[in-house]
Amino acid sequence: MNFVLTAVCVLGAIALVAAIVLYVVSKKFAVEEDPRIGEVTALLPGANCGGCGFAGCSGMAGALVCGADKGSIEGLVCPVGGEEVMKQVADALGITVAIAETMVAVVRCNGSCAHRPRIAAYDGLHTCAAMHATGAGETGCGFGCLGCGDCVEACLFDAIHINEETGLPEVDEDKCTSCGACVKACPRHIIELRKKGLKGRRVYVQCVNMDKGAVAKKACEVACIGCGKCEKVCKFEAITIENNLSYIDYNKCRLCTKCVDECPTGAIVKINFPLKKMVNTEVVSQESEVKV
Amino acid sequence: MKLFTFRIGGVHPQEHKLTADIPTKEAALPKAAVFPLGQHIGAPARPVVKRGDKVKVGTLIAEANGFVSAPIYSSVSGTVAKIDTSIDATGYRQPVIIINVEGDEWEEGIDRSSELESIEAHPELTAEEIIDRIKIAGITGMGGASFPTFIKLCPPPTAKAECIIVNAVECEPYITADYRLMMEHAAEILVGLKLLMKAAKVEKGYIGIEENKPKAIQLLTELTSEDSQITIVPLEMKYPQGGEKQLVDAVIGRQVPAPPAIPVNVGAIVQNVGTVFAVYQAVMKHKPLFERYTTVTGEYIKQPGNFLVRMGTPFKDLIAACGGLPEGDNKVLAGGPMMGKSVISLEVPVTKGTNSITVLTDADAHRKPIEPCIRCGKCVEVCPMGLEPYLLATLSAFKHYERLEHEDVVSCISCGSCQFTCPSHRPILDNILQGKGVVMSRIKARNQK
Repeated sequence: MNFVLTAVCVLGAIALVAAIVLYVVSKKFAVEEDPRIGEVTALLPGANCGGCGFAGCSGMAGALVCGADKGSIEGLVCPVGGEEVMKQVADALGITVAIAETMVAVVRCNGSCAHRPRIAAYDGLHTCAAMHATGAGETGCGFGCLGCGDCVEACLFDAIHINEETGLPEVDEDKCTSCGACVKACPRHIIELRKKGLKGRRVYVQCVNMDKGAVAKKACEVACIGCGKCEKVCKFEAITIENNLSYIDYNKCRLCTKCVDECPTGAIVKINFPLKKMVNTEVVSQESEVKV
Repeated sequence: MKLFTFRIGGVHPQEHKLTADIPTKEAALPKAAVFPLGQHIGAPARPVVKRGDKVKVGTLIAEANGFVSAPIYSSVSGTVAKIDTSIDATGYRQPVIIINVEGDEWEEGIDRSSELESIEAHPELTAEEIIDRIKIAGITGMGGASFPTFIKLCPPPTAKAECIIVNAVECEPYITADYRLMMEHAAEILVGLKLLMKAAKVEKGYIGIEENKPKAIQLLTELTSEDSQITIVPLEMKYPQGGEKQLVDAVIGRQVPAPPAIPVNVGAIVQNVGTVFAVYQAVMKHKPLFERYTTVTGEYIKQPGNFLVRMGTPFKDLIAACGGLPEGDNKVLAGGPMMGKSVISLEVPVTKGTNSITVLTDADAHRKPIEPCIRCGKCVEVCPMGLEPYLLATLSAFKHYERLEHEDVVSCISCGSCQFTCPSHRPILDNILQGKGVVMSRIKARNQK
């Protein structure tokens, strides 16, 4: 009985002392956290994907509250939540916000098995990073997609998949949150975040090959050969040619699609545009939109 | 005969020295020779010729571009066709100079006689002069890594060279180029070694040879029996004994600390036997580096052989000279089966570092299915650098680069012993190489800050 009593007394005494210390410390060294941070964190999706540039959602919330105090949260966008969440956050913080354009990941390579013949077989570790470190891969193109799916691994939202038929990754636009994880994962920097555009319409160069025209074309039928025809036909100065490769600035592009028709190799593509016939009759319904 | 070797790790791959007794032939001149500008470690060379220029054998076509760099000389006579890009052993396109071959006219200064020039006959050669000639001749390490030779001879002020170790180990299976060179030019190699010793101002020279080359050991021992400065060191057969650090350990029993330490920090300068021969030719015969000994080999190659090849000759010419590729899919390696790099095109030219072209058939080259790690620890046992390959591979696969750096991944010499010995056929080296690449670039970025 004595043991029990002693134990209860000793532990009780320790508990009392500890409780007093904890109370004093918590009062004296209390960190005043803005209650709004908690509120904003609750509004954010909680994916902790890092797409906004912060380690997690609470970091983003802190930055948003801090920005709101200064009067502007420009440049802070949650790519996962998008417009809707940013509006809610702005309401909660009592400020107005100009919604940034939604972005989407775009795979800039069209070197499917049909377009880009395999000239060798790779037998090593099945990741793009390893393949890229070992050599140029299985095709004659030293720039294009390696097809091992490092981007698929990196995606937290199940938005990118390898198409079995073409061997290339495809982005599910509805699921893509433009967090940029795939952009970072791709050792060849093929994936780019581009403006989603009105009704998801986009025009871009689906190639990153910087070899001279003849060499690029030999390696892949649909390679950009840097001929410059698109640059000439573009009225908005959106297209630049550098290192034998054309690039379309999505901020300047007005989606006139002239470059698409001009490109001799079909390296420039348009996405989510209605079929041409439909444009002529001017009866474009939502259903008739076809992915090109 | 007492045999020496390095103290930790190592494996015993099958030898396959098919071409050991085949005398070296001169390879036919190619139709067009291709010279990659970046065929050595360091900055790529800068071209000094332009399209349409006439060149002779031994004409300078690209000069060194920076301190760690090496000039490139034409190995053929003819006209510069273009300065373009072409596929090299990595599979990527690199800037190259392409020369269309016309005849075989040599530069006048090159002494083509086979007469042996002894070092005693040239007392006027100073250490500086020798190093200068090596630098001008564009000599780089010819064992595979292609590091400019003259830099090795000028150690940093904190280190003092005590001996030259000639790497005549040739521990990779299949390759016999160095062995044939020793059998055919032993006397020249000894003069080359003396030149290097004079250049580095050291009194001691060693030649490390593995016991599977008894004729070479005997020949060189006979030639040096009167010489107290040069010692022939017979070594036990073990891969990767040809690694610089392993060789230093095997020959003089000193261990080179972790990078950035290099062998000269423990007093040794290691040079490949091919490099030593090139030094002899450069200093005594005024012949810049434009040809080398290369083995073309493989179990199913009809007539494998050793060739004296002009650099810039595409692989396909050499393989055709050996009776062509075997039928079906093949793996063609620039180098041996352990550390060689498989090429994706036979247009790849022979460069300063190409010691062998090894052809493996699909069945030999194909990897076995990967199975789970059974924690047997064999990879740790065989790692010659005392690392833990299974751990490094896992850390790379999970992208834990900080920890990877902490575990000393930069010490890995990529010898592949771990992957060779793994009973589960795990791609250990593939993973480590990828992680090592990332860690190296991170260290580089940090140092630049």
